[in-house]
Amino acid sequence: MVKEIERAGFPVVHIATIVPISLTVGANRIVPGVAIPHPLGNPDLPAEEEFALRRSLVERAFRALTTDVTEQTVFND
Amino acid sequence: MTKRVVHYVNQFFAGQGGEESAHLEPVTVEGALGPGLQLQTLLGDEAQVVATVWCGDNHFAENLESTRREVLRRIASFEPDLVIAGPAFNAGRYGMACGEVCRSVTEELNIPALTGLYPENPGVEIYSRDIYIVPVADSARGMKVALQTMGALAAKLLNGELQGTAEEEGYLSRGRRKNFFFAENGAVRAVEMALAKFHGQPFKTEFEMPVFDRVPPAPALKDLKGATIALVNSGGVVPMGNPDRIEVSSASHFGRYSLESLEDLTAQAFESVHGGYDRTYVNDDPDRVVPLDALRALEKEGVFGRLYEYYFSTVGTGTPVKNCSRFGTEIAGQLKADGVDAVILTST
Repeated sequence: MVKEIERAGFPVVHIATIVPISLTVGANRIVPGVAIPHPLGNPDLPAEEEFALRRSLVERAFRALTTDVTEQTVFND
Repeated sequence: MTKRVVHYVNQFFAGQGGEESAHLEPVTVEGALGPGLQLQTLLGDEAQVVATVWCGDNHFAENLESTRREVLRRIASFEPDLVIAGPAFNAGRYGMACGEVCRSVTEELNIPALTGLYPENPGVEIYSRDIYIVPVADSARGMKVALQTMGALAAKLLNGELQGTAEEEGYLSRGRRKNFFFAENGAVRAVEMALAKFHGQPFKTEFEMPVFDRVPPAPALKDLKGATIALVNSGGVVPMGNPDRIEVSSASHFGRYSLESLEDLTAQAFESVHGGYDRTYVNDDPDRVVPLDALRALEKEGVFGRLYEYYFSTVGTGTPVKNCSRFGTEIAGQLKADGVDAVILTST
């Protein structure tokens, strides 16, 4: 899906936990998720901290979308 | 002398449970277990499955390097002649684990290792050049045939008898060139191939070229503050009751659902139907896969323009690449028509 949406001309950021699979499916902008069953959250955190974590991952996704890349790039921080 | 084989499986095939046990750390069991019992029967007196190492799929995929080392250490302690992993069919995490185990064994223990994967398993592209991968069915329904093919290749590897092409020997091409003798010389064979091609008849090249299908990165968003951003996910998050009946695995379609006037995906109104991970956490709070609450906050603060009024959802587990490509193309068509600028795609 990532590849076909990007082929149509949209920048796509893939938030996924297993980065090697994301690389294999051809995502060009990758933000690593927290864990497989909760890529954008952490049930061990209090609600407020969990929201802050999710927000920071979305902000990192924005940074990925606004960064020009020439090859597959993992945005680790 | 009886050869020694160590088998690697995941928590499910070790009989330790499904997704609720996917976090478990590596465990060693003496002798054969699960599918290893049938492998032992197939290998007969030639070889003995001396141990089985198993590990939870999430633990492996989320701690790749440390788990790889730990599993390798456990395998090495049995001084095997061969390692068999899986088969993992079309399971993404399990396929990765089998690939990591086999590659580590091949490179660090210098003994052969093989696994069984469905040709579309992402592990094939990652590991097929380094290890022996037997093509198997997409699900455990194909277990019997998978073990027979894997057992046959294992016996050959143990006896050092691999002579033919990858296809003849029953594993996926590792992209290596091998010399063979033919009755006809190269010129004759080339002309025969050209004639077959000309007449639209099947022919088989002797030199396959790798296929690369990479999409170059789209240009970055220039104006985040004016951008419309859409959410797509393969984690199976749908309105409660799954109105479009999206399959729990091997999805045949995707859904489009309204986000209008929603600030947050609540556990009362949304759920996940994905059959490939423990849904407890996402069902408690669907924003853990579709981060609507965070996007609404950022939208209000004016960090980006606006969130597209629908999100798209499907189930990524076991879904054929052909279907995923079609979903991507169709979703892109709708996004284009509605003036979306960029996409956040979340996967579990």
